[in-house]
Amino acid sequence: MRGSKADIIAQLQRDILSLQGFRSTAKSTAADLGLGPIKHAFPNATFPTDAVHEFLSTAPEHSAATAGFISGLLGRLMQNNGACLWIGTARSLFPPALKVFGIEPDQVIFVTMERERDVLWAMEEALKCKGLAAVVAEIKELSFMASRRLQLAVEQSNVTGFIIRHQPRYTGVNACVSRWQITPLPSELEAGMPGIGFPRWQVALLKIRNGRPGVWPVEWSGDRCQLLTAHIMQPDHQKRLRV
Amino acid sequence: MSQRFVHIWFPHLMTDWFAIRRPELRNTAFVLAAPDHGRMMITAASAVAQWQGISAGMAVADARAVHPSLQVIDDIPGQAAKLLDALGKWCIRFTPVTAADLPDGLILDASGCAHLWGGERPYLEDITMRLKIAGYHVHAAMADTIGAAWAVSHFVKEIITIIPAGAQREALLPLPPAALRLEPAVTERLLKLGLHHIGSFIGMQRAALRRRFGTEMLLRLDQATGMERETMLPLEPVEPYQERLPCLEPILTRKGIEIALERLLNTLCQRLQQEGKGLRTATLSCYRMDGKVEQAVIGTNRASHHVTHLFKLFELKINEIRPDPGIELFVLEAPKVEEVTNSQETLWRDAAVMEDSGLAELLDRLSAKAAKDGIRRYLPDEHHWPERSIRLATSLGEKPAIPWRSDRPRPIRLLDQPEPVIVSAPIPDYPPMLFVYKGVVHHIKKADGPERIEREWWLDPGEHRDYYYVEDENGRRYWIFRSGHYDVDNPKAWFIHGFFA
Repeated sequence: MRGSKADIIAQLQRDILSLQGFRSTAKSTAADLGLGPIKHAFPNATFPTDAVHEFLSTAPEHSAATAGFISGLLGRLMQNNGACLWIGTARSLFPPALKVFGIEPDQVIFVTMERERDVLWAMEEALKCKGLAAVVAEIKELSFMASRRLQLAVEQSNVTGFIIRHQPRYTGVNACVSRWQITPLPSELEAGMPGIGFPRWQVALLKIRNGRPGVWPVEWSGDRCQLLTAHIMQPDHQKRLRV
Repeated sequence: MSQRFVHIWFPHLMTDWFAIRRPELRNTAFVLAAPDHGRMMITAASAVAQWQGISAGMAVADARAVHPSLQVIDDIPGQAAKLLDALGKWCIRFTPVTAADLPDGLILDASGCAHLWGGERPYLEDITMRLKIAGYHVHAAMADTIGAAWAVSHFVKEIITIIPAGAQREALLPLPPAALRLEPAVTERLLKLGLHHIGSFIGMQRAALRRRFGTEMLLRLDQATGMERETMLPLEPVEPYQERLPCLEPILTRKGIEIALERLLNTLCQRLQQEGKGLRTATLSCYRMDGKVEQAVIGTNRASHHVTHLFKLFELKINEIRPDPGIELFVLEAPKVEEVTNSQETLWRDAAVMEDSGLAELLDRLSAKAAKDGIRRYLPDEHHWPERSIRLATSLGEKPAIPWRSDRPRPIRLLDQPEPVIVSAPIPDYPPMLFVYKGVVHHIKKADGPERIEREWWLDPGEHRDYYYVEDENGRRYWIFRSGHYDVDNPKAWFIHGFFA
């Protein structure tokens, strides 16, 4: 009886999602991106792969943490020998470091554009290309119209898009399905051990369409994100991370 | 197929050019002069001056005696060759093969071209009329051989002369021996012997001619009559993969350019497909009414004969083409052509994505707008020095020769240039206690290292680096290094080189 009740609730939740305009695709259910408990924040508990995700970063250290977190996701997305495009106005990523996050660095193609609007154009073109696993773009500003164009491109091809915004001036509404902020946390080692442990980040999901935002401290332990504490912090509106 | 050549003779090439540039000189007597052995010698005389009896080769002083108000302008050495080169390139609208005939002529290989203008006479009329409007005096002749065309253009008074196919021998008969492009000494000897027309010696025994006038004369005679083949050096080498589209009306609009491009691509790609080839670079040249040439160049990552893809690549460049007065000829060339490896239908989509034609086509499109060398892929290289540990992949399909290393910590963001930091490092070969970067003090809580990386002395001299992987009190992780050994008296510089995730 209890099982059937849970089934009914799950069914009702799915109905609500579909009434809210959420469309799930067959492909997006396949991937487990190693996010662990964070995945419950997403609709249907699956990371939306046919969408554009926005990451805010306010300092070079934060952008390194953001790049690390995205690389972790990319490592899973690119498992089937997929290729990835990393677009920006200047290249700062050091390819050998990607190996740690499960990416073959030679599968990443770096594209350098001269202007930001060209980066957006290149991202849109790349998102239409079905042969790619994911596209990452590093820009500063993203207007609502630009983000909507990207989202429309993504819906046809099911390529995952990531946008890293460095020190953005305006963080208004846009059509990206989620907004994240990744900041580094001090690493921990077993008592008495020298050196530096696995990288730790505070993963803040500031916005997610049809999902529940939250903040999680996680550790990248070789091949997946591990939640540090079972407690999930719910962000309240006053204490939301300022950007 | 018989060949047809056009020779265009500019009797007043240089003076016409000066008159075009300075309209006040038009219809006046003026000469160009250059110093020769301490005297000013006339190198070219305008039509009016020539009519008054002044010709090239006279001394300026003698000419002044004949015509005291003669204007003398300094000649520009080498200008005639440049001018012929430009005129020859302009003539590419009439035929793809044009050559300069120094000092004052142009040779066009008009085989199979004249019918596009409705016959040989309209063809020559069009050429001469356009040159005349531009301000040049011209004599043009068409014949089966270059020699005959040259002879007729120089020695027949009419502006246009057409020697029917196979009739060049008869046409040469009444012309003087100079029409055979002989050495002046040979011409003089012929005249001295009373041979004033080619017809008076063309029938002589070849052995006799050779004995008296040398083999050079026989060669010229054969070249003029078509017994001997004569080669010309085209100004623009003809590309084997080239398509031309002349337009009846000048094209001004984007749509018009697109239609022309699509037609050219269709014919070129059809041909490439039949031969199993694809193009790597293509150039679209648009010949404008005012003689300027607009060009758009595209390149592809993989040989391609895919019309829609190539069209998309050109589409990004059409904006740069300025058709101001109108375009009258489109030429599409493929200078670099390679064999196409026919793509096999893949059963699994994820097999070898780098070979995917969709990806290659995407990169072609992106490279149109990307910065210089904007599209890169990296492979590991056998160096420990961080900047040299990666190298650029030469092609999309290239596989790494050695595996990527992950045994040492490497920062995910590397600075292009290491930036200096101020450190407090009291203990030798220990990580520093704190460092100051961009005015912010970072207290180091955890550290790993040092990892010493030696400089490759055979590549560049300098100090080695001792790298430390450090974490500050806020959990931010950095890659810093000391350049050289620790020294109390002479502290070594410290640098930050990257940020860890």
